[in-house]
Parts: sequence; structure tokens; C-alpha cells
Amino acid sequence: MDDTRPGSAPDDASADPVADAVLDGNAVGGMLGTLFAAEMTAVPGKCAHCGTMSAVGSLRAYVRAPGTVLRCPACGGVVIRVVETAEATYVDARGAAYLRFERG
Amino acid sequence: MAGTLEWQLATVTAVRDETATVRTFTLGLPAWQGHRPGQHVDVRLTAADGYSVERSYSIASEPERPDAIDVTVERIPDGEVSPFLHDVVVPGDRLEVRGPIGGYFVWGASLGGPLLLVAGGSGVVPLMAMIRHRERAGRDVRTRLLFSSRHAEEIIYRAELDELAARNDGLEVVHTLTRSSPPGWTGYTRRIDDRMLGEVLEPLGIGARTYICGPTALVEVAANALVRLGLPPDRVRTERFGPTGT
Repeated sequence: MDDTRPGSAPDDASADPVADAVLDGNAVGGMLGTLFAAEMTAVPGKCAHCGTMSAVGSLRAYVRAPGTVLRCPACGGVVIRVVETAEATYVDARGAAYLRFERG
Repeated sequence: MAGTLEWQLATVTAVRDETATVRTFTLGLPAWQGHRPGQHVDVRLTAADGYSVERSYSIASEPERPDAIDVTVERIPDGEVSPFLHDVVVPGDRLEVRGPIGGYFVWGASLGGPLLLVAGGSGVVPLMAMIRHRERAGRDVRTRLLFSSRHAEEIIYRAELDELAARNDGLEVVHTLTRSSPPGWTGYTRRIDDRMLGEVLEPLGIGARTYICGPTALVEVAANALVRLGLPPDRVRTERFGPTGT
């Protein structure tokens, strides 16, 4: 796993600020739900880089930046980026080969 | 009934201390549509100048309770939202809330078990919603909670967990303390590792549905170990929290 570090302290939230800054797609479920008008965390998507299928809620989320970056848990490739400006929200999902929304 | 994506006005109806730095807020939500254990809400604070900030908080209460939810919040000293909630908010105050959110890290009694829950610190909060729901609707589901805290006095929901486990109705709680332990402590006294997970998993078998919530490093260690122990990766559900999720 890309963010497992030997010597990091599993129980201490501040032990490794880089590893601890990584959340998962659950953390941005509200924002994604608003953008897509659907509950997104259980939606499976295929990574365009390595082909791994992952629920959006299980993507690695980097949210302490001027935007939100969701990366594939298998290869680390960027799957979705979201940037909010004063006027609009930009969603770059070119790292997702597809997202699968089930009907019904 | 308000949609899950619309901001609703919640009224704080009760505030309760769980530990020195963790507090539970009961939010009255007259238009609450109900939730599934494991889901969270977003809370939005807006300053007089229009600056607003949102944070996600897991729901601690069971869905059987109508028109109200509990959120349990750890106070992060340099946080933007949790110090406000801890230091300023009192019953009668109103907060903007959006939710419930999440369809991935959820469990309901209809999914069955057995259930293995692994928590680090305030990562226990969404798992507590599952445990409370189990008490109401799924007591036939054998469940084990492995709960890592730093010190005994930092164990969130300790009295309630002790009481629920004492019923011997299929819920077992296993604690580990990573920094200090009181005299007579019988639980584990180290960080979660492969051997500990193997011991806790063993009575449930590799068919257990597993939910892990805590700091990222703990989640990684536990999820990787459980997959090595033979659990199918799609049965190991994880939720990471960090400084931004607080």
C-alpha cells in the first residue's frame, strides 16, 4: 500500500502527518452526492490507469489542498479531481474508465 | 421529508461528555429521513461574513430512534469546527446538517454476520451505530469489537460497551490500550497487529463481515492483516479519518 510506512504509529493521529492526511471517498460523499445527485460512495468505478474496480468510498481522498483528489487504492493513479471556484465546480474524471450506476 | 443532499436545520437537544476530549451532541431533526448504521452527516458552520466550513461526522445512534441523531465529536485543538462544537454549542443551538451520507461503509441487520468491528479511537463512532442497531434489530448476529485506545480513560462509550457485553447475547468487546494500562487490566496492551487480529477473528471465521474505522495507519494495518488472514477484500470495509475529518 502506498501510504503504509514502517514505524508509523497506528494509534496516533498525528504520528505521520502525510499518511494521516489521506482519507477515503466516504469523507467527500456529501460533496459528490450534491454534484452527481446520487449517493456516490457505493458506486463502483474502474481505474483508467490499472483497471482495478473500487467503490468511490474506498478511493484514497486527499482533501487538504485547493481541491479534492481521489486516487486508486491499488495503483495510486488519480481517478477524480474536484476543484471548486467562486463561480463553478470542476470535475475531472478522466482517471475513471467508467462509473457504474445501478438502476432501481 | 428533506432530501439527503439539502441542508437542514438541526436543533441541539442534548450534549454529553464521553471522555475529556470527546462529546456527544444529540441533534433533533424533524424532517430526518432515517439512516443506515455507518453513515455520516456533514455539518456546516457559517460565520457572519459568509465564510463557511464543513466537516463530516459519523452518526453514533441507531436508526430506530426517530427524528434525532447523535454525533460524537473529538475535540481537535487546532481544528476549525470541533473546538466550536465543544466550547460554544449548548442545547437549544441550531446547526446546519446534510445527510445521511454514505452507502459503502454501512451495515444493517438484514446483511447478517458474523460481524467483526475494528476501531481506533473515535473511529468507534460509526461502529457504535452498528452495535446499537444490532441490539435493537439483530441480536442473533454474533459480533466482536476490537477497540484500540491510548489510555483507559480515553475509551469512548466504555460504560455502555461494558453493559452491552455483559448481556452475553453475542456481542463481545476486546480492548487494547497502546500507551498506558491501569492495574488489573486484562485486555491487550499493544497496537493492533496480525496476531491480535487473528485471535479476535478466530471465533468468527473468515466469513465475517468486517468494518474498520480509525486513523489511516491503523486502518491500513488492520485491513491488510485481515486480507492476509483470508478474508475476501470485498468483505473488509474501511473508513479512514484524519485531521480534516474532525
